[in-house]
Amino acid sequence: MIAESGHYALVLALALALIQSIVPLIGARLNDAALMNVARSTALAQLLFVGASFIALVTLHVASDFSVANVYENSHSMKPLIYKITGVWGNHEGSMLLWVSILALFGGLVALFGNNLPLSLRAHVLSVQAWVASAFYLFILMTSNPFLRIANPPIEGRDLNPVLQDIGLAVHPPMLYLGYVGFSISFSFAIAALMEGRIDAAWARWVRPWTLMAWIFLTLGIAMGSYWAYYELGWGGWWFWDPVENASLMPWLAGTALLHSALVMEKRNALKVWTILLSILTFSLSLLGTFLVRSGVLTSVHAFASDPTRGVFILLILCVFIGGSLSLYAARASSLKQGGLFAPISREGALVLNNLFLTTACATVLVGTLYPLGLEVLTHEKISVGAPFFNLTFGPLFVPLLIAVPFGPMLAWKRGDLLGAAQRLMAAGIGALLVLALVWAWARGGSALAAPAIALAVFVILGSLTDLVERAGLFRVPFATALSRARGLPRSVWGTAFAHAGLGVALIGIVCETTWNSEYIGTMKPEDVAKVAGYELKLDGLLQRQGPNFREMIAQFEVFSDGDKVSVMAPSKRSFSTRGSSTTEAALLTRGASQLYVSLGDVTSEGAIAVRIYHKPLVLLIWWGPVLMAFGGMLSLSDRRLRVGAPKPARAQQRLQPAE
Amino acid sequence: MTRKQRRMTIIGGSLAVLALAAALVLNALRDSIVFFSTPSMVAEKHVEPGKRFRLGGLVQPGSLQRGDNLAVTFEVADGNAKLPVAYKGILPDLFREGQGVVAEGALDANGVFKADTVLAKHDETYMPKEVADALKKQGHWKDDYGAKPGVTAQGDPKGAVR
Repeated sequence: MIAESGHYALVLALALALIQSIVPLIGARLNDAALMNVARSTALAQLLFVGASFIALVTLHVASDFSVANVYENSHSMKPLIYKITGVWGNHEGSMLLWVSILALFGGLVALFGNNLPLSLRAHVLSVQAWVASAFYLFILMTSNPFLRIANPPIEGRDLNPVLQDIGLAVHPPMLYLGYVGFSISFSFAIAALMEGRIDAAWARWVRPWTLMAWIFLTLGIAMGSYWAYYELGWGGWWFWDPVENASLMPWLAGTALLHSALVMEKRNALKVWTILLSILTFSLSLLGTFLVRSGVLTSVHAFASDPTRGVFILLILCVFIGGSLSLYAARASSLKQGGLFAPISREGALVLNNLFLTTACATVLVGTLYPLGLEVLTHEKISVGAPFFNLTFGPLFVPLLIAVPFGPMLAWKRGDLLGAAQRLMAAGIGALLVLALVWAWARGGSALAAPAIALAVFVILGSLTDLVERAGLFRVPFATALSRARGLPRSVWGTAFAHAGLGVALIGIVCETTWNSEYIGTMKPEDVAKVAGYELKLDGLLQRQGPNFREMIAQFEVFSDGDKVSVMAPSKRSFSTRGSSTTEAALLTRGASQLYVSLGDVTSEGAIAVRIYHKPLVLLIWWGPVLMAFGGMLSLSDRRLRVGAPKPARAQQRLQPAE
Repeated sequence: MTRKQRRMTIIGGSLAVLALAAALVLNALRDSIVFFSTPSMVAEKHVEPGKRFRLGGLVQPGSLQRGDNLAVTFEVADGNAKLPVAYKGILPDLFREGQGVVAEGALDANGVFKADTVLAKHDETYMPKEVADALKKQGHWKDDYGAKPGVTAQGDPKGAVR
């Protein structure tokens, strides 16, 4: 019954989405408020029904109802409860259901908090949202129904892929989807603006918080996924330039650009046409990501479900939405009014530069991701484009961007003073040079590029702090005054500083980990000692243990530093009998921001065990950086000016803005 | 500056960055991409030693030999040809004889493929796409290589339990 109810609820959600796609638009044409208001009720009802459908699937998984194909294929009665729940989206069908649920959630939020939007804009936005939703409901119902029954129910399920039986699965996909799908809001607003042929600063004030929210989730989602891969895959890699990772990085890059261009639009009423295009592109890249991951066109560690009919269907959705929105853009963009003027050296100019580099970097990732696919279709030649390609293209493009980051917030709107900004950044520059000298003097081995890269990161961090110091007047006015000024600064200023500093922090982590990573790979017998980066690891012994749905072999290590026992580490190897596969559970020992990383290989015939031990200096900064960025985003989101649903400023105030 | 001049500045700057990016991409595509080959393609094309490529195929049953200090040798076969592979390090969890594998590295002077990376298939029914395609092309494809859980379970679920 539950499966059928869930299926039925999904069909009802589709019907509601179809109504929502058409009726409000007719209302907008006829200027009929009642018809336009239909969008609000249908959006909320849609959320209710998709939510019910999703809960139905969760219930089936928790109850281990193996008469449902999806549960049978991805669950096991002995699996711990948390993995029964997360297993819902650890497969193709369930993850698509999560995708549309989140889409409906965002639609519902717009309906709920959109009371102060112009009525016709809200009607248009929710309609566009419903087109996307309808397409994906159809996709699920026609090609990926999670509620299919099996005629002769088996007694036991096939279990979830062991690699996915981890807390990472509970956090990473929902976060990532909140980010991916969150960009649908700015897409819908962009299409609505094009259809209405009207766009103003109020539009940007509306779009920015939604984009920011999506961006925060996507940032955390990507960072979480990277950390998950780092500890789960057993060899300490945290970014593989895998097409699936690129699929999430591209919307992030475009979304970051969008965030900054929406700022220009909100404050200066400029870059309108570009902001609209970026909104379309960002969500298009999210759709492309969904296509790459869900259609199985890629060979990659992430592709855990694939079926060609699905690929063609998503490709169709992709073509219709990207093609349609870009055609609409081409037809209508010229009718949007020109925005404000600015000199090349100005805050706007800096943000344009940011957009230029971010979108170009995004384009190089796109080329690197799609080139092998295109080449295979055209010439049947198979190639792989890996880290070397991206290091050679993405890296050089990010260097000028990072140098420019501290300058941006220092420049005034309209006409900036580059020399003045440079003078104020003098201290940050000197700090960076000092770090450069220190690293050069102290560092042994590694790439010659490491020291300049760390200096650049320090420049970004100090530069971001300089902006706060300057604004608070620290060192110029009495300390108490500076403190109260700092407290009075808009939260978005703090947010900017944190987000920019996060970039620098992540860069330090990346450089240190890749340059001064030390490793020991070899076989060890009990009582053997391995030495890595000043630590001594003694293998105490091996023991076997029975888990809920696996057996594991644990190796006990004692860790010594300068002869003192620091800790014990117990990496293990788990074998899952249902799928006949095994996973490596690495042991991590955190010391400051650095980590010791131990993972196991096979047992050799002489009873020794293959062991990989890494020392990864400052590796945690790689993920603290994105967390700082997301924290900055949240600060900015909590700024009064940007609060979701903040009332529009009075008309009189708008008129007071300087005329262009 | 007039509006037109400002616009030209921005457009000029954009073109400069795009040109830089295009140059970077073309340069990187020339130097850093890696081609995929099967053992029979290697035999036909006479790949020169030292050139990096990805080798894919099935691990020849019975060929896996472990030496000292994590050195391993095995053979990768695709039905028509075999190629010896040497690797030093820990093989992935899912590496098995008779199963699909992709290794990255280069041939040495003796015609042995020195791999620095070995990727094994992802779960017990998954096979690297390159390997599956190559085997299909040569007519060595057996249906049970590619039995995907999504396909089998819709018919007879019991048949899928192995």
